[in-house]
Parts: sequence; C-alpha cells; structure tokens
Amino acid sequence: MAREDNYILDMQNITKIFPGVKANDNVNLSIKKGEIHALVGENGAGKTTLMNVLYGLYDPDGGQVYYEGNKINLDGPQDAIELGIGMVHQHFMLVDPLTVTENIVLGNEPRSGLMLDQKTAKKEVQDISNKYGLFVDPDAKIQDISVGMQQRVEIIKTLYRGAELLIFDEPTAVLTPQEIDELFEIFRSLKEQGKTIIFITHKLKEVKTISDRITVLRSGKSIDTVNTADVTKEDVAELMVGRQVLLEVEKTEAKPGDEIFNVENLNVKDNRDIPVVKDISLSVRKGEILGIAGVEGNGQSELVEAITGLRKIESGKVELRGKDITKYNAREIKREKVAHIPEDRQKRGLIMDFDLKENIILGYHDLEPFSKNGIMNYDNVAQYTQDLIEKYDVRGGGMEAQAKNLSGGNQQKLIVAREFSHDPEFLIASQPTRGVDVGSIEFIHKQIIDRRDNGAGVLLVSAELSEVLSLSDRIAVIFEGEIVDVLKASETNERELGKLMTGSKAEAGGESNE
Amino acid sequence: MNNYSEKIKSVLTDLGLSLLSIVIALIVGTLFIFLTDKSPLDAYSALYIGAFGNFSAIANTLWRSTPLILTGLAVALPFRAGLFNIGAEGQLLMGGFTAGVVGFYFTSLPAFIHLPFAIIAGMLVGGLWGGLPGFLKAKMDVHEVIATIMLNHIAIALTINYGINIFRDTGRPATPRIMESASMFNFKNIMDYPLLSNLPFAELFAQPAIRLHINFFLALIAAVILWYLLFKTTLGYEMRAVGFNPDGAEYGGINASKGIITAMFISGAVAGLAGVGEVLGTHLSFMQGMDAGYGFTGIAVALIGQTHPIGVILGGILFGALAQGGLEMQFSGIPSEIVMLIQALVIFFVAALQVFKVYLAKRKAKGGVE
Repeated sequence: MAREDNYILDMQNITKIFPGVKANDNVNLSIKKGEIHALVGENGAGKTTLMNVLYGLYDPDGGQVYYEGNKINLDGPQDAIELGIGMVHQHFMLVDPLTVTENIVLGNEPRSGLMLDQKTAKKEVQDISNKYGLFVDPDAKIQDISVGMQQRVEIIKTLYRGAELLIFDEPTAVLTPQEIDELFEIFRSLKEQGKTIIFITHKLKEVKTISDRITVLRSGKSIDTVNTADVTKEDVAELMVGRQVLLEVEKTEAKPGDEIFNVENLNVKDNRDIPVVKDISLSVRKGEILGIAGVEGNGQSELVEAITGLRKIESGKVELRGKDITKYNAREIKREKVAHIPEDRQKRGLIMDFDLKENIILGYHDLEPFSKNGIMNYDNVAQYTQDLIEKYDVRGGGMEAQAKNLSGGNQQKLIVAREFSHDPEFLIASQPTRGVDVGSIEFIHKQIIDRRDNGAGVLLVSAELSEVLSLSDRIAVIFEGEIVDVLKASETNERELGKLMTGSKAEAGGESNE
Repeated sequence: MNNYSEKIKSVLTDLGLSLLSIVIALIVGTLFIFLTDKSPLDAYSALYIGAFGNFSAIANTLWRSTPLILTGLAVALPFRAGLFNIGAEGQLLMGGFTAGVVGFYFTSLPAFIHLPFAIIAGMLVGGLWGGLPGFLKAKMDVHEVIATIMLNHIAIALTINYGINIFRDTGRPATPRIMESASMFNFKNIMDYPLLSNLPFAELFAQPAIRLHINFFLALIAAVILWYLLFKTTLGYEMRAVGFNPDGAEYGGINASKGIITAMFISGAVAGLAGVGEVLGTHLSFMQGMDAGYGFTGIAVALIGQTHPIGVILGGILFGALAQGGLEMQFSGIPSEIVMLIQALVIFFVAALQVFKVYLAKRKAKGGVE
C-alpha cells in the first residue's frame, strides 16, 4: 500500500524480545487519522505487547514509533497520555467506592483551594458525556453501575485527558449484545468528532461490523493490513491462524435419546445470600445440547455450581439418569461420569501453579492408574499426559510446564482434554471458549459436538449468543434467575434471544427500550 | 530428559542466590564490626571456624540446627496447604513437656520401650496441639494464625508456668531429670557401644565437646517423609492443590478439611519432636527457656528453605551455623550484640533475595504470556 501522509500513528519494525520469546518481531502498524482500525490476532500473537510499547509500558528492543509525523520515545503512560494517546483497558482501572466524576478527574482534578472543585468537575464530565453520546450518571458510585457504564466512564476518562487516539483492549469481552451495539454507536460518534480508534479483538464479526481497516498479527509478526470492505470473515480468520478455519460449526441433526439429566424447581442463593436461581426446571436428553442463553449475572454461574456440587442447593431436585443426586458433592458427581468445563478456568478449572501433568488428573488423581492406595504413580501420569497433550494439541512447554504459562486457549484445551477423557455421559460446559483464540474455538466446538454425537447429554452455558445459537439443539433463556423460555435453536435468532435475555417477552415486536 | 537438567539448574540458581545474599550480608556486616575495634576478617574467620572449623564444630552446628529443621518443617508443610502455622512454639513445648514427664515418671521401663514411648507420646501431644487449630479451621473457619498464637500462650502457661512447678524437685525451673532409659543416643558416648565403636571414624565423635544426638537424624528422616508425603502421595497432591487454589481444589472434588487437619496434625507432631529432642537429647529434662524461640525461628527457616523439605534442612543448617559460629565470634571479642546483628543481617538478606527472586519470576511470567 502506498504511503500516505495522514497517518496519526506509524509504528515501524517494532521488535520486543522477552526471555525465550520474540513477542513482537518487526511489527508494522500504521493508523490513519480518524479511522477505526482493528488489531486482530490469536492469543499470544503480540497484540497486547505492541500496545504496551505504544502506551510506554515496554521499551521496544528495536523499531521506531512516529506520532503525528514526529518520532517519539515514551518513558511511561504519562508521556503517552500527554501526547493524546488513551487506553481503555480490558480490566477497568476504576476506584469502586468513588463516584463517576471523581474517577474521571482523578489525578487531574480541578481544584478550588485544597479541595476538589466538584461543580467544575461535574460540568466537564457532563460536557464530554453530551458531546460524544456517552451517557453516565456523574454522581453514581462505580460499584453501583453496570459494566457497560463503567466502560463509558473509562472512555470519558481518556477523553478528559485529551486523548485523540483511543486504544480499546478487547472492549466487548465483558459486554452484553445490546451493550456492544451501544459501544459501536460510541465508536461511530467518536469517529465523527475526528478521534482515531485502535480496536483490539479476536471477534471477527465485530471487526467486520465496525472497523475501517484491519491489521493482523500472527506469532509476533504483522501479517497484513487490509481494508475491511475488501475481505470476508473467513479471509481474516485464515490470516490470523495461518490456515483455513471453519467459522460455522458443522453438525448434523441431533438424535436425542432418553432423558439423562433433570432439574426440578431448583432454588439457589449467591454469596450474598440473595436468591439468584428461582424455581428453575430443565431437562437434557442424551445426544442433545441444551444451551442456556442469558446476560451474565442472571444466575447461570450459580446454577452450574449448584448442579456440580459446588454450591448449596436451597430447595429442588437434581436427577441424573433418574437417580437423585441433589445431595452429592463435587467428587460424587464426577464419579457419575459428569464432566464439567468451569466458566473460570483460572479460578476453578486449573491449579495454575501445578504443572500440566498434575492438572490433567485433577479430580481423578485418586483413581487408578494415577494412584494406588494413596501413593501417586507419576510414571503413569506422565505417560497419560503425553498422550493427551498430543491428542488435544496442548502447546506450551510440555507436561512439566506450569499451567499459568500456557495461553488461554491452551489452558482451555487442557481442561477439555481432562474432562473429555473419562467417557462423560453428561457434560456441563460453561463459557467453554471465553478468551480463547479462533483455532482453539473451532477445536473445542468440534469436541463438544463429538461428545453429543457419541450420545452424551450436554448443558452449554455461554454469554456468547452466536456460540449458543450455533452449538445448541434447544435453547433455554435465563433472566433474573428464571427460565423465561425454551426454544428450538433452528427456529430462533440472535434478535429474539437478545430480547428475551433482557426481560422483554418474545411477542414484543418493536425495538426494546434498553 | 532436559526437564531434569532444568530442575538441577534452577536448584543451583537458588543455592547460588542464597550464597550471594550471605556474602552481601557479611559485607554489610563489616560496617558494624568497624564500630568495634576488631577486624572484620578476624570476626568472620571466627564465625567460620566456630561453625565449620573442625569436626566437633560441624557436629555442633548440626546439633543446633536440629530443632530448627523440625520447626521449619512444621511451618513448611501447612504452608504448602495454604496455612500459616505460627504455633510451632507451643507444639514444641507441649511435645517436649510430655516427653520430659514420660522420661522421668516411668522408672523401670527398658530403654527400647521407654525411649520410643517418650518420643511417640511427645509427638502425639504436639500433634494434637497442632491438629486442634486445624480442626477449628476446617470445621468452623477459625483463622489458624489466631488459634495457634492463642495456643502458644496456653502452652507456655501449661508447661513452663504451671507444669514445671507440679513436678520440680530442686530449685531449678525444670522437671526432674529423665531416666537413662529415656535419653536419646549422644554421639560423644559412641565408644560405650561396642557395636558402634567399631565403625570407621567412630573415635572422631568421642569428644566431650560434641553435643550432637540422634534427633538430628530423626529430623532428616522427618524431612524425607514429609517430602514423600507432599510430592508422592494423593494426600500431598490434595494438600498442595488446596494450598495453591482452594476453589480449584474444591472443583476437583478435594475435601479441604481432610488436608487441613492432617497437615496441622503432622506439623504439630514434627514440632513436638523438636521439643522431644531438646528434652531427651540436649537438656535431659524439660526446663524453662529450652524452647529458645525455635518455633518462631522456624518460620524464617521454612521461608528461606522455600517451604521445600530439603530446602528446610539447608535453611536449618544455616541458622544452626550462625548460632554455633556466633558463639566463637563472641569468644574472639566481638560483642554479642554485633554477633546477633550479623546473624540478623544474613537472615534478612537471604529473605530479601527470595523476595527478589519471586519478583524476577513474576516479571518473567509477565513477559512470557502475551
């Protein structure tokens, strides 16, 4: 592509080496003023490293950064902010007990004497909020507002500090479909006002929807920069992974058998003792996938914990193959050939400081051949681990590597390998592909379908609507702890589900007010 | 396999770092020695000669390290299971007192019954003293730090303040001297045993200054057993899983209570053995002051030893050497305050370097993952 003069940012031949890893290898990234530029790549491709170089958090080992035509040398985020580079982090950097206004002006407060000038601060916040259509309540405390609004606070924070170039690090990961739409509205409005946006993601649909141009990174190298209009999702996926990827899940019609799993009038409370699962009844048959769609925080997590023996059941009944397992603990449920991919792989699914071979037997460590009479047999475990990491293609240092050193996708594959290798008859998969790269998603989806085709019943919980839609045979929509509807996957769509998920009934034809 | 060589490499790096920190501590220590009119060179050679200069010095370094290795283990094991045992001091006292009472109270038992009986009784009582806070933690979620600190106070009151007074028969604040049949084998008496005196180098041990007794070897055995327990058994696997990530362990169907109670019981028994050894091997009666803060020093020993049983042995020997060599330093005219200061510096720098290492590892991890 011909060089143009209107680049706001030009990163040339950026190289950043960590011990043993070339995180960035001669990466080039050129951003035009006023565009929305998507930076895509699998986990570990070097996106975050590149942005940390740009934000002054890392010193590059090679290469130059030009901002508005001038070569720059950043010592830290403060330098970046002064130049007009703002970052909206994936994990918000907000102080919970402070108000929206206080958070925004923090570190740059307008003062009257020694005190914070609340009035001026609030006015400035409201001005920015109005100008860009970023609705926030300036007086609300961070702890009381939704994730979507917290993100808007982060955006206003960068604008308040005079950002011209805004970097968004996987901003949609924490949002509901409706909130994502709102965020994209904000993107458009920012663009209209002349701001430039770098949008880091690995969700191809979003890339197609919102970006003007795309730069693809793979294994630390910049592969290509393309105009969004010229490429398909499949093209981008191929650039990311380096081979053709199946984006659509290939599956045949389900052949449901007898009922294997049944929940009746289940009631569960959360950690604050508030009822969050209310009278839920569900059933799953052999050879089918029942998806649970819902905005996160509507009781899905507690439901899954309750049926896997990790949370107390207040009332109701859980049956597996007609057997009452309501009072079973986690170990007893596992022994009933129930596999569980937990929603939080770092908190639940893995012991991050254990190595792969210790992790791959978690929950099965007291069974032969892994141990006998209380004595571990690590030779058998090693053999088993070797077989599984080959079969499931878990990469990242071999069986002696600690789980925390694997990428998210490989951590998830490790869990899948463990859970799928004991012939599960009932499978509970909670957010099975969260934060996982495209290649691994394809693999994990295929494994789940295979299990179904082998006659296992599957309960799938996912905040990713497209995942629920493409994998499930039936879909139950959960809202505020209740199942509002159960639909056939083939007879519904994202729009209908999106509405049900936010509490409006399917019949309501018009736009929701959300 | 290259994993193996990598492991060796990381162990060597560890050792190298520890040695480096000792050198730094000694360099800083010279500043303080200059405050006195002595030469740092003389002082440090006294420290070295005192700890390792000859056979009896080495033997006594090991003797002094014995209770520290055991209390270090007593802190390290629960640490691996996610628990902070501050109670080794109390467990040591309870174990030592029990062994002392069993040691003098039964007057006509043969040695092969009396000694094991006293050792087991001491370890059992120590174990219960450690198991109790474990039980409270597992069943009622009572924080183990608070429970063990309180049990330390109770143990001091029960044994030193109250227990000794019940039994004491002289003006000395101690229980009566234990029977010969309950005393642990002292190496200086090696020539009295025909079987042992024929061993090569046996006469080296037959020096009156040597105070090393068999408990050092019991401590080594304890370390090996704990290593096996932690790394080769399902119970150890479960303990470590709970220690690293209780939520993950729960997901894996692991019953945390079992691990917590067992870890605390074993740890109490091991701390109890430290007390048993001091009573049956070193002092031959339970006396006031015999605990010498070993329970608390054990925390430092455990952390310096990276809470790994084999590391704890090395950590215990380091502390033993400082204590034994420090004595010689004092004889050479360095005030005892400066001696203590140098001991503290070494500990400080070894600990600080561990922190530095953790920091390095974190930075490396940060760089490695995306």
